[in-house]
Amino acid sequence: MDAEYYSLGDQAIVIELGDKIERTTHQRVKEVSEYLKNHPPHWMIEYIPAFTTVTVFYDPIKVMEDSTSGKLPYSIVCEKLDQQITNLEITTDSEPRLIEIPVCYGGEFGPDLSYVAEQNEMSEDDVIEIHKNGDYLVYMIGFAPGFPYIGGMDERIATPRRDDPRLKIPAGSVGIAGGQTGVYPIETPGGWQLIGRTPTKLFDAGEEVPSLLQAGDKIKFTSITEEEYHNWEGTNS
Amino acid sequence: MIKLAKSGLLTTIQDLGRIGYQKYGVIASGAMDSESHRIANLLVGNDGDHPTMEITLMGPVIEFQEDALIAICGGDLSAMVDGERVELWKPIYIKQGSELRFGNPKQGFRAYLAIAGGFDVPYVMNSGSTYLRAGIGGFEGRALEKGDEIPVGDPSMPSLSMMESLKELAGEEHFCSASWFASPEFVPNAHSGCEIRVTEGREFELFSEESQEKFFEQAYQIDSKSDRMGYRLKGSKLKLNEKVDMISEAVAFGTVQVPSEGNPIILLADRQTTGGYPKIAQVASVDLPKLAQLKPGEKIIFKKITHEQSQKLWIQREMEIKQLKRGIHFKYR
Repeated sequence: MDAEYYSLGDQAIVIELGDKIERTTHQRVKEVSEYLKNHPPHWMIEYIPAFTTVTVFYDPIKVMEDSTSGKLPYSIVCEKLDQQITNLEITTDSEPRLIEIPVCYGGEFGPDLSYVAEQNEMSEDDVIEIHKNGDYLVYMIGFAPGFPYIGGMDERIATPRRDDPRLKIPAGSVGIAGGQTGVYPIETPGGWQLIGRTPTKLFDAGEEVPSLLQAGDKIKFTSITEEEYHNWEGTNS
Repeated sequence: MIKLAKSGLLTTIQDLGRIGYQKYGVIASGAMDSESHRIANLLVGNDGDHPTMEITLMGPVIEFQEDALIAICGGDLSAMVDGERVELWKPIYIKQGSELRFGNPKQGFRAYLAIAGGFDVPYVMNSGSTYLRAGIGGFEGRALEKGDEIPVGDPSMPSLSMMESLKELAGEEHFCSASWFASPEFVPNAHSGCEIRVTEGREFELFSEESQEKFFEQAYQIDSKSDRMGYRLKGSKLKLNEKVDMISEAVAFGTVQVPSEGNPIILLADRQTTGGYPKIAQVASVDLPKLAQLKPGEKIIFKKITHEQSQKLWIQREMEIKQLKRGIHFKYR
């Protein structure tokens, strides 16, 4: 596959694999990330996948140890990555993981559900129905620990952010901001319209993979009652 | 074990940060001035990256409940043991029952206190660094408070013998410093109005010609709302030629991004993993320690260098640290 390379300072390189947020670009990002995960170069510190890029952080000293050419570590990294990435092909056989996220919509957990319904001239139940039935894909994890950037929300329930962001949004809150939907893994301030909350733990610092969701996952939201929410939460700890 | 009799302004446990978890949205954290942190560890004979104490401007009061070997590097915050000034950048033996406190800040913003054996905090995601916002890592996920008792790990054999020989020299005194120290070239020369070298950021060309020029010509002041996440700067506002829709991607320690209101922000140790603002510049890694020693209210002037220069400067610096490490090993033999 083709890629463009840019430096991010003297210890990181940005691999650009597209210029739009779309599923084919996402597939390429996923492919490159998979490759780096399975074949980590010894000079790589870590990598961060995003919508259209994978950024590789590297140790220039370790890169130099590898080479007698006297070239700049950045040039060596560019060449080595390109050799590998050129030969990568998009494989479509890997079935994405489907993660089910139960949500208790409305009530005290979704104080903005009525506003979202009003804005889009429909009933609260319609909003829930449409939100549940989206074909969701996690494009990337960023902003906060385990926070997923999710694509695929139906435009019919798009709602602008709140004018006055809340200082505290509880962990598990499910919200809408413009044409995006998201789930807050940890308590943070934020301006999203909150429509519900999930009892599922999205981030656990004690786990080896601390984030429940990963780039490339598909998401299915299901609706649960308040009672089910509390029962679920009880089994969580 | 050490005990805090006073917390200081912002005292946290840090190491070189949480590596490998940024892909899960976990910020790296770690020492703001990683060079001083590393050198402090080297000076006490710690092998590898042990957690140190990052002390900000107004230091804590620390009681040593056992004999210890320490080193303080970075900013000069007037460290004193039982009322007597102690020198930075060298190993110091401290007698059980002594008290380390800090006075008026003389130079710099952050000091690093390393102890032989390291501060023994539980590792979360392979790091002892404190991630304040998420309450993760370090000592109970938070800044240190009065009354906290922090366990100390087992010192290495070379640390123990260094401690023994300094203890002998100390005699009846409460502490004794080694006669040698890390070369002054490692002291971050930070002062208001100093130059910070940067390379062009990925979106540099998207800024108006006027903004591109002003960015390098005029001084920027570090705003009081700055923290470990980022330095907010005040100065000439920067404008794009036209509004662009940015797609979020990874950012790094030292990325200078510009939100739409036009004041640049330098992202630091507690930065988010990804960002969606245009990046006008990237601070050369070699100047990050210096940047971390600048206080809110102080000014900086950005100086443009090439990407190649930036990488070469870093390599040169790493070679110097390697040399220092060899020198210290020699002293420990």
